[in-house]
Amino acid sequence: MKALGSFTGREGAVRKGASGRKTVTFGDASEVKGSPLWSVASLLFVAFVWWWIKRGTEPMINDRTFPSMRQTWDAFFELATDGYRRVSLWDHTWASLWRVLKGLVYGVIVGVPVGFAMGLSNRLRGIFDPIVELLRPVPPLALLPLFIVWFGIGEGSKVNLLFFAAVWIMVIAARAGVLGVRGSKVHAAYSLGANKWQILRYVILPNALPDIFTGMRVALGVCWGTLVAAELTGTTTGLGAMIFAASKFFRMDVVVVSIIVIGVIGVAMDLVMRFLERRLIPWRGKG
Amino acid sequence: MKNLSVERLGMVYELPKGGSVQALDDVSFDLEAGRLLTLLGPSGCGKTTLLNIIAGFLAPTSGSVTLGGDPIRGPGQERGMVFQQGALFEWQSVAQNVAFGPRMNRKKRSETNELVQDLLATVGLQGFGDKAVYELSGGMQQRVALARCLANDPEVILMDEPLGALDALTREKMQSLILKLWQETGKTIVLVTHSVEEALYLGDRLFVMAPRPGRVEREYELPFAAKGLHVDPREMKASPEFIEKREELLSLIWEMEEQIMGHDGGMS
Repeated sequence: MKALGSFTGREGAVRKGASGRKTVTFGDASEVKGSPLWSVASLLFVAFVWWWIKRGTEPMINDRTFPSMRQTWDAFFELATDGYRRVSLWDHTWASLWRVLKGLVYGVIVGVPVGFAMGLSNRLRGIFDPIVELLRPVPPLALLPLFIVWFGIGEGSKVNLLFFAAVWIMVIAARAGVLGVRGSKVHAAYSLGANKWQILRYVILPNALPDIFTGMRVALGVCWGTLVAAELTGTTTGLGAMIFAASKFFRMDVVVVSIIVIGVIGVAMDLVMRFLERRLIPWRGKG
Repeated sequence: MKNLSVERLGMVYELPKGGSVQALDDVSFDLEAGRLLTLLGPSGCGKTTLLNIIAGFLAPTSGSVTLGGDPIRGPGQERGMVFQQGALFEWQSVAQNVAFGPRMNRKKRSETNELVQDLLATVGLQGFGDKAVYELSGGMQQRVALARCLANDPEVILMDEPLGALDALTREKMQSLILKLWQETGKTIVLVTHSVEEALYLGDRLFVMAPRPGRVEREYELPFAAKGLHVDPREMKASPEFIEKREELLSLIWEMEEQIMGHDGGMS
């Protein structure tokens, strides 16, 4: 009893507002959830550093190299209202988003059936395997010169490049989804009278949806990163194009605004995807 | 009603590293319609292989299985299947799972809905139709699996360790449910289990199977399942006849395990 007493504190007295807690937390993944307070502190620290390097009339880093927070805010305001070179910030953003969405949708439309085929047939697996494995590790930007020659310098080459970035990810994700189906589910469906098409439609497809969704989330992130680089040439719209144009005139304030917008939209897209996932695939991980 | 007939069944698995395993050797039996056969035996005795051949998921290397005289060539809905766990469709509600068979057969929706409600009541899940399957406990999920299987009104129900993943108390309740369903529907049931007690309690016939090669070592005709619902299960399992049979089977299986251990030089 003595040992127990010492464990609960002073003679086993229950402190006010006390609750049971774990004594082993280091290494327990369920105990590490992050800390919003520290996240805010971290952002404030970044802001402080930014202010520190730009303080006074002779700042550590001059305006040509890196803008102050004030200049960045003014540039954001100017871009949001008047736009940069007569194209508003929102039009640039929308141009970029639209390209990414098109590339992703084409990637899903082509990648998912190919991934399914690879997960369902030895012959099709054999046919597609070398193509997928050889092209998957190629950075999409390496193909930009070819794509410009084939599809022109404008929209065509950009959307095709994003399609190229997305499609392999979708193939792998769909294939993993098909291969992840438990044999007993398929057997149960056959014993309940399902034919091959019904197995595909009512068992394999819903079973693969969580993996397909994960693939879409990853592909969206990769496309977003690829896009900005792809927009550096051959277009006057898009956030990447805006960065490139601004850099020629040493408008680092515009460059920094673009970078922040790219980052914020990247985070926002992921949040939207996670929200959709919770709504559309509540059974994820519950099999 | 159709009789299940297994004739000179043999099954050989080729091992990837060369050599082969005789999973079943010359297994023959006839199971009259409406019987409940339990298959008991140590790992590797071929009981699950036998069940999968009857289900049509595996083709035997020799011999044949017929149901009502028709040879079995693949899975079919006259032979329903209940798995240990994880065979429900987690993307569908409880009611949709139960309705799966009729839906695949393009039955009328209104009739199916009525049938589903009846079956959910039969397995004790009234009012759970709209729940997601992952919201249910393991025992309730197996109730759904039973209802889903019954929805197609199969001739034979094959159960592959259906209660293997449940805790002891839930398991006892589910054993009573299986007995109740068997007696009410008059279906032929073949049930594979690891539990001696379960095999005795549920089996109206019982095969003890032995490994290397997989075969039926001994057959029993048992009185317990027929009495099952009229006597308290605990009382039945504590009765002298039940205990005697239980000990007999346990020592039989122990002997087999000892032989396997000797064979492997004490490993595994």
